[in-house]
Amino acid sequence: MAFNLTINGMAHAVDVEPETPLLWVLRDNIGLTGTKFGCGIAQCGVCTVHIDGQPVRSCMTPAAAAVGRQVTTIEGLSPDGSHPVQRAWVEHTVPQCGYCQSGQIMAAAALLARTPNPTDQDIDTAMMGQLCRCGTYQRIRKAIHRAAELARS
Amino acid sequence: MISRRTLIQTIVGAGGGMILGFHIPEAVAAVVSAKPWTTPTEGVEINAWLSIDADGAVMIRVPHTEQGQGALTSVSMMIAEELDVPWADVRAVFADMNRHVNYGEEYIVTTTHGSQLVRLQHPHIMQAGASARERLKAAAAKAWGVDRDDVTARQGMLTSGDMSARYADMATAAATITLDQEPAIKTPDQWWLLGKPTPRLDVPVKVDGSAQYSIDTRLDGMVYAAVKSCPVPWGRLVSYDFERVKDRPGVIAAVEFKAVDGRSEAADLQNSVAVVADTWYRAKTALDLMPIEWDFGAAGDVSDATQAATARQLHDVPGKVSNRVGADATGIIAASKRVVSGDYHRPYETHARMEPINATVSVTDTRVDVWSPTQDQAAPLKIVADQLGRDPKEVYVHSAFIGGAFGGNGGGATAVTRQAAELSRQLRRPVKVIWARDEDIMQDKQRPPVHTRLTAAIGDDGLPTAFHSRAVWFTKDAAESHGPATADVAIGTMPYLVPSRLHERHNVAAHIPTATHRAPGVNQNGFIIEQFADELALAGDWDPLEWRLEMTKGLEPWQRVLLKLKEVGGFTTNLPRGEGMGIAIVEDHNSICGACATVTVSRRGDLRVEKVVLVMNSGYIINPLGAAEQMEGSVCWELSHALYGGLELQRGRFVNTNFDRYKLMRIHQMPEVEVHFAMSEDGWWGGIGEPAGPPSPPAVANAIFFATGRRIRSTPIASHDLSWS
Repeated sequence: MAFNLTINGMAHAVDVEPETPLLWVLRDNIGLTGTKFGCGIAQCGVCTVHIDGQPVRSCMTPAAAAVGRQVTTIEGLSPDGSHPVQRAWVEHTVPQCGYCQSGQIMAAAALLARTPNPTDQDIDTAMMGQLCRCGTYQRIRKAIHRAAELARS
Repeated sequence: MISRRTLIQTIVGAGGGMILGFHIPEAVAAVVSAKPWTTPTEGVEINAWLSIDADGAVMIRVPHTEQGQGALTSVSMMIAEELDVPWADVRAVFADMNRHVNYGEEYIVTTTHGSQLVRLQHPHIMQAGASARERLKAAAAKAWGVDRDDVTARQGMLTSGDMSARYADMATAAATITLDQEPAIKTPDQWWLLGKPTPRLDVPVKVDGSAQYSIDTRLDGMVYAAVKSCPVPWGRLVSYDFERVKDRPGVIAAVEFKAVDGRSEAADLQNSVAVVADTWYRAKTALDLMPIEWDFGAAGDVSDATQAATARQLHDVPGKVSNRVGADATGIIAASKRVVSGDYHRPYETHARMEPINATVSVTDTRVDVWSPTQDQAAPLKIVADQLGRDPKEVYVHSAFIGGAFGGNGGGATAVTRQAAELSRQLRRPVKVIWARDEDIMQDKQRPPVHTRLTAAIGDDGLPTAFHSRAVWFTKDAAESHGPATADVAIGTMPYLVPSRLHERHNVAAHIPTATHRAPGVNQNGFIIEQFADELALAGDWDPLEWRLEMTKGLEPWQRVLLKLKEVGGFTTNLPRGEGMGIAIVEDHNSICGACATVTVSRRGDLRVEKVVLVMNSGYIINPLGAAEQMEGSVCWELSHALYGGLELQRGRFVNTNFDRYKLMRIHQMPEVEVHFAMSEDGWWGGIGEPAGPPSPPAVANAIFFATGRRIRSTPIASHDLSWS
């Protein structure tokens, strides 16, 4: 089935089975590989993207469900890596292997968009679906608080 | 706010021309590209490790993989230290493995494991930088008609009297110079860069989605494969019905692989079948729908319970002696009035790196190109050449970033790389194989389970007089290759000065493939020995920290850590019920790391690990920031397994093979981690990437004992009732 998706502000025509997860359309059809595959069952969060600003697990979101909506991936979060979350991630040297960090950053950006000054509890709630095998959680927490500061300044 | 400048670099990928833009905060300055396997062709090569561009940029070629441990940064720091160039002028790329394998193995070591990159390889890496620096000086000396000793090389500039030149100006001349004698590497008191907290080079490309991992490889004409191996390793593929799925959209082929058990440990291909399609999702969907019949064989009856029964029998049978100190430990224990005993167990654990195992291979008549998330950059080249029977000179490895490794990507990436090579040969086009998460966990080479019985006698002074351990360990073919190194390491090699000791092990053959797993053996055994140390201390009415100080008297590196831990950890046994602190200290990869954990446990048994204070003694340290990151992560790594993990083996196969049932630590469960260093700096070098994992679980378990009175001798801890009243 052919349909159009708007990804990072650009229109893309795709022709896939409508139930195809958005993740694989992004990675294999469109070539945006910043969004990662981790578990396929919405348990690890490395595939997190925004649809109309809301964080979703693209591995279990049918691509067809994104028709007529704005999809944002890590490549589209900022034009130049200058989103407050990305800057805070650099300041706190968060990534190790880095594989989960696209998802972590998209989840954190969505949190800050709705909760500009999050508490540790807010961070737990928003980020507990994002697995990191390298164990960068402590730096993620600090970087989210720092990103909130950067966004205010 | 960080100011930025933009650097645009043109990178030609195998799939065609591509322009990538990336940004470098000036604070970081030294850079790595999003596709760091692209071998630079500009610049003047001084030696295999580095070239200098006309603009002064120094391209450092790194032969070790970047799996999150900071190899790109560490190698670059060591060379920049000796070369003496501004850190901002450094560019890191991966070394050319075709050149390495086929033309003299100039990089000496290309593996990335065993916390050894800095620990063991720093002499030859620093030597390469020092040699380049001296050749630049020699070139300047020749040009200026002065003695080499009268030339100074500092921060990219050569000077002698009123003459000066940039390194770049002398690079061409330096490249032709041979030194009569290679210079000695610097001693730590001469360091200007090493020892300073230095941000990782690869952070910027890992926050904007541009960093290219093996799984991100895209080639013209590439097709995708999903693979299913027999759920019970070494079982047979009886039949599969490709007719049922071959007309599904995009489906191209089904291909069978046969196990080659015994060919070599690294060559294990399981009996399996792949479905190939034009996208991975289509391949995976068709594979899931394709009827497959397996013959599980005798191993289909093996489970955690059958292994536990075997272990109970073997606990009563003498095993192979791995270490013996003093005389007749078992006799002393048998005659003693005060005996302490405990049976401990750790189950199978898996690597579950966040990047599922994958490989991409493109086979053509003239060359073979490989992307594989391996811990040895040279290994895929050799594996593919072997699988295809091709000349290694025709095989090119493109080292991408790796989404974690943790000891699993030697073996794990071996089979998948052979699968991709074989599929590309048969289909005559580039093929990317991805193992779905269930396959990634089920077919991983796992961390072996261990069942250990410890017994000791306590003397009149409350200290142990004799100690006996008997470990039962299940590995593929009872492999001794990682036997003494892991079966009872940290127990058989414990520092505690007990007069009589006997350490034995049984290595039992099992069908489950096994491999190293971050801090191999020490993770399992650290949990065991450091809880038993507390059992012994408390049985003898000793404070656990004072007991360890007493039992390691004269062992300076251990005393240094324990005294620092005493200073910064705040350890006390005097806390109200429901609160507890615990300590532990373990040696791994030549480093000694101590931990002090604080926990709270509610009356109904809800555990919270509040804080872990770590003290590390690795002798020396080249990057305290990188070390702190590794240590924080190591706490999460091993607490994940000790608190939540545990693969479940039933009917010969693992049944919790995705993150819904194989639980790992998440952000709300992560304790605050505080990192301290207590370095001996007396000539020995320890590792950093692994040693901070092992002490955390026993410190937590010891804290749980003080909080609840419950001694938890097996994991996952979350499966135990921790309630108290």
